[in-house]
Amino acid sequence: MHRTRFFDHLILLLGAAFLVTPVLVAFMTSTHTAADIHMNGLSLMPGGHGVETYHKVLTQRGGFTGEVTGARMLMNSTILGLGFAVGKIVLSMMAAYALVYFRFRFATAIFWMIFTTLLLPLEVRIMPSYQVMSDLHLLNTYTGLIVPLLASATGTFYFRQFFKSVPDELLEAARIDGAGPVRFFIDILVPLSRTMMAAIFIIMFVYGWNQYLWPMLMTTEERFFTLMRGIKSILQVWIGSQIPDYNEAFALAVLAMLPPVAVVVVFQRMFIKGLTESDK
Amino acid sequence: MTDTSLPDTPTRLRRWLDSLRSAPAKRVQFDRPLTPWAFVLPQLLVVGVFFYWPSVQAVTSSFYIEDPFGFGATFVGLENYQTVLASGEYRSIAGFTLFFAGLVTALALGAGLLLAVKADAVIRGSAHYKTSLISVYAIAPPVAGLIGMMFFDMHIGPFVTLAGWFGWQMQVGIDYWDTVLALVLVSVWKQIPYNFIFFLSGLQSVPVSVREAAAIDCRSGWRRFYTVTLPLLAPTAFFLLIINVTYALFDTFGIIDVMVKDKPANNPITLVYKVYLDGFKGNDIGGSAAQSVILMGVVFALTILQFRFLEKRIHYG
Repeated sequence: MHRTRFFDHLILLLGAAFLVTPVLVAFMTSTHTAADIHMNGLSLMPGGHGVETYHKVLTQRGGFTGEVTGARMLMNSTILGLGFAVGKIVLSMMAAYALVYFRFRFATAIFWMIFTTLLLPLEVRIMPSYQVMSDLHLLNTYTGLIVPLLASATGTFYFRQFFKSVPDELLEAARIDGAGPVRFFIDILVPLSRTMMAAIFIIMFVYGWNQYLWPMLMTTEERFFTLMRGIKSILQVWIGSQIPDYNEAFALAVLAMLPPVAVVVVFQRMFIKGLTESDK
Repeated sequence: MTDTSLPDTPTRLRRWLDSLRSAPAKRVQFDRPLTPWAFVLPQLLVVGVFFYWPSVQAVTSSFYIEDPFGFGATFVGLENYQTVLASGEYRSIAGFTLFFAGLVTALALGAGLLLAVKADAVIRGSAHYKTSLISVYAIAPPVAGLIGMMFFDMHIGPFVTLAGWFGWQMQVGIDYWDTVLALVLVSVWKQIPYNFIFFLSGLQSVPVSVREAAAIDCRSGWRRFYTVTLPLLAPTAFFLLIINVTYALFDTFGIIDVMVKDKPANNPITLVYKVYLDGFKGNDIGGSAAQSVILMGVVFALTILQFRFLEKRIHYG
């Protein structure tokens, strides 16, 4: 019943071009020299200096103390992305398990305590959060970078919802076979949740990798800088320079967006499923 | 068609609301006094230390004026709130935030809907369109800001050159409204994929029978869209409305921070950015906390609105 119409494709092509062109331009321009960019502007064609630019960005020590390289920032971003995703899945699966499969006192109170965290994004309570971190001496640590971001209920609700859809018969059967709560969780629920875990992992990895404000406040030592933080510092160096390092800034941007974009594109189907079902 | 397995939006919303009811989740449950605590404790600890403690501190310190050199604090009651709300600067930033959130939401929703409707209509190449349209989702706001800044750069930016042809000397970062334009464009660009994904999944859950019936009854594609498709998309649209407003209010922080480059003097900023500036750059901890609490109120109201709507949908669907 669908007739393919010319205008539909035109609009889609324009939309896709509007969204994708800036990304392409960022990549292509990063392969030109800074002087070339300064003279000729942005570019949609590849230049011949990609390898040296990326090599320089990844290995040259920058910043004020000369302690941080692009590779280091890449590593820190990876640690943040993976640590956040894994931490989120572990914490929220466990909490959801307790809330769904156990009858215990204060369960309702705990449920609402966790639920309330959905109401206030980190940005709103950023200043006091910083003070708490400073009181706990967690500034400039990976723990301080990752753990406070875990204080939200998105994952818990997602898993709670999923556990509730698991047939009761499974638990009955497992109990008859003599499985205790820990056994049931590890041997039955965790394997059952594999797809859900993967979907949530993708969303959370992207979320963690893309964090900006929190790492910016938590890390003053350059060896903890993530790529997002690096973008901020490369721009601060610009002010007052004759020919800004456009190519390096673009290369850094490409490095910062490549992993999350790749993950989303490759695991597209799973990602969309996770996103539209979890309502985060 | 792809992804027909996606649940339709009413089901999604109903499931979500169900998940918020805290009635016993299972008929069969374990009855052990201590084991559940072992499972729930890690999350409780994290939430307690990194959510409740700072939130309570925000509220308390909004009633104090702290000495900038750290020599203690004086209780001042509601004075911080009065100062904030009476400040002309705060009010104009609040005005801009409202304008910005409205514009970004409207444009991002409109573009997302248009592209989703078209992507739903075509068959040939739909997978490619979909991939390119969602790929930008994963780009972080500061990276989007950096790329946007390059496009509006005074030396190399193609948009500046383009504006120059019409005699418009665009100065992003210096001229207030030029910066607004750049911020809005970049923020919308970054948010379109999200809306696209949700609208498309909403559209694809419209049953084929409904589509066919509509096609028989009405030949005009536009009318069909307005009278059949759009009402069916309303729940998705409302959900996205809240999400987009939240995005424009909070998640655009990275874009703004990169694009105004620490020079907020003459540049447009949002309320969240103001909280950050006053707290970290201006050392006005009490004032910043009061602003935080005001924003908490806003988020709270938005969430309540969302729930009230969800509850209504239940009887409707």
